[in-house]
Amino acid sequence: MSGDRGPMAGTRLTRRYKVAALWRNVFRASTVVGIIVLGLLLINIANSAFGYVAVTNRVDPGDLVAEDRALEDLDHAELVAILEVNISKGLFRKLANEKPFAERERAEVLGLIYENVVKPEVAKQWTLLESITKRSEIVAEATTAYPSATLRFESWLDVAFITSPQSSDAVKAGIRTALLGSLWTIAIAIVFAFPIGVGAAIYLEEYADHARPAARAINQVIQTNISNLAGVPSIIYGILGLAVFVRVLEPLTSGAIFGLTDSTTANGRTIISAGLTLGLLILPLIIINSQEAIRAVPNSLREAAFGLGATRWQTVWSHVLPNAMPGILTGTILSVSRAMGETAPLVVVGASTYITADPSEPFSKFTTLPIQIYQWTTRPQDVFRNIAAAAIIALLMLLLSMNGVAIVLRNRFSKRT
Amino acid sequence: MDNGRIHTTKLDSWQDTNVTYAIEAQGLNVYYDNFRALKNVDLKIERHKVTAIIGPSGCGKSTVLRAFNRMNELFRSARTEGRVLFNGLDIYHDQIDPVEVRRHIGMVFQKPNPFPKSIYENVAWGARIHGYRGNMDDLVYQALTQAALWDEVKDKLGQSGLSLSGGQQQRLCIARTIATQPEIILMDEPASALDPIATLRIEELMRELTNNYTIIVVTHNMQQAGRVSDNTAFFSLDETDRAGVLIEYGPTLRIFSNPASKMTEDYITGRFG
Repeated sequence: MSGDRGPMAGTRLTRRYKVAALWRNVFRASTVVGIIVLGLLLINIANSAFGYVAVTNRVDPGDLVAEDRALEDLDHAELVAILEVNISKGLFRKLANEKPFAERERAEVLGLIYENVVKPEVAKQWTLLESITKRSEIVAEATTAYPSATLRFESWLDVAFITSPQSSDAVKAGIRTALLGSLWTIAIAIVFAFPIGVGAAIYLEEYADHARPAARAINQVIQTNISNLAGVPSIIYGILGLAVFVRVLEPLTSGAIFGLTDSTTANGRTIISAGLTLGLLILPLIIINSQEAIRAVPNSLREAAFGLGATRWQTVWSHVLPNAMPGILTGTILSVSRAMGETAPLVVVGASTYITADPSEPFSKFTTLPIQIYQWTTRPQDVFRNIAAAAIIALLMLLLSMNGVAIVLRNRFSKRT
Repeated sequence: MDNGRIHTTKLDSWQDTNVTYAIEAQGLNVYYDNFRALKNVDLKIERHKVTAIIGPSGCGKSTVLRAFNRMNELFRSARTEGRVLFNGLDIYHDQIDPVEVRRHIGMVFQKPNPFPKSIYENVAWGARIHGYRGNMDDLVYQALTQAALWDEVKDKLGQSGLSLSGGQQQRLCIARTIATQPEIILMDEPASALDPIATLRIEELMRELTNNYTIIVVTHNMQQAGRVSDNTAFFSLDETDRAGVLIEYGPTLRIFSNPASKMTEDYITGRFG
């Protein structure tokens, strides 16, 4: 003790400050590591999703027209004429049969020329970091290695990428099919799991008998099992979905029972099977989250309602649920975000890896964004890596906007009180 | 046959003038699992009077109060033996609907607990769930007036009940209870979370309410019991099994000036508890 500064001061003070600073730095370091990892992830994705590309054309558009004009300046009739000259008669007839050229827009004919005559191909692509740091080297390489190529900065993620259907050509491929598939399955999962999950939570928290020891033991067993189910690997849910929804309930999940498909060719690998499987996957999570939200409603509110002569249902409906709703919604959205990124169970249930038709009903075949991303990354061509990165950004944006919706809903419910 | 209904209508229409007590406990025992919280309580509560229940912590004051409107069974595994006669009818009878009991015997809690809704809605909700068909605005006005709160909130009925001060919140809870038109109002330490001025207002209100209601109040505050109550029941712990027992019951003046039991005297004079 340093006597002259009084009994409250001490040599231990500096030591205590040191320890406090040490702990503060340890915790700060944890946060920094987390942020760095997240930053690396985003940089890695953006690195592939944007960058310079060298595009070579099978036929140079300038060769198709007279010296002083450009392909883009031509009118409808001239474009049709060019198309007719440069493609085989069979293909021309086939295109005309699909839709007469007179009915096609000018831009559509121009698109057909690019698709069937010009046939642009990506000869080489560079990453975003390379594009920023080594621009002059890229220009030099492009002019020597691909003299006929045009060099341009490509954003693989653009409006066309989101609105185009799947294609075997990476340049033209889009995620519309997969995006719609994801939205359909998630919608079905929510419609299935939300009411059941919240209902189960209400039962376990408000109605289940906690008075008798035997009933209490049974509740404990149920509770433990729900917690365990929340931790079961997702592929197991996929196997369950395959056995139950795809196989056993095939007449239902294929739509055959409603006369939508022929029962002999019925196939249960549909959106509804996938949605129900994801619903099963998030059900325990929704139950647990809802239970916690309901438990957080103060007992004094229940007492107040009961004291006024309310029944249990009146109490739950008017007071417990409205006050638990922000928590229930937050938990549900978090579960749904998890389901949105699930790949394994959908592979087992039978997601299509290559479909170009939009899903139009619960009995359509489907693919989802994670499946599409996975499938693209397994392709040998480099270009698919770029569009996979673009699709990842689209998926992340979808998740972020869903979380945004959750926050808006939660604030709405909180404000009501 | 809907037996519950028959009995609940009986609850409504029973006006036996021979029954002089508003509520009467006969041989009341309450157990939580195996623990006996209340032992052989006999208590007769007079109509249109304030009855105070006093006693040291853990002696079963709240338990006896909650036995009067069957609140014990809601949150804990409570078992009740004996009879509680409300207008001569045993509220623990098999065919009595506890929800109907709580409608006739309202309750105000220790901590003000208005619903997180508007002031108007706080008062109207109870009446609405009971299918009140009259003019709701009038009912809200009357209930808030009786609870001496109308002048303070008449311009902000749409605001949240939680925006009021603690004392106002407690009076809102009283108004909410009045709006369901009970016969008895149970109050579990209604002023313990309030400042002295708000406490006085609640006490004045309790006196006024005796014109229309029978009031039973649990309190820790000796002076409060002395100020507001007509009758006082003193509870204490049984030395042998820690169960709550009724030691002494009678007019407040007599209990405070000339207690029959040594325990009551010690407690009132502050020698224990």
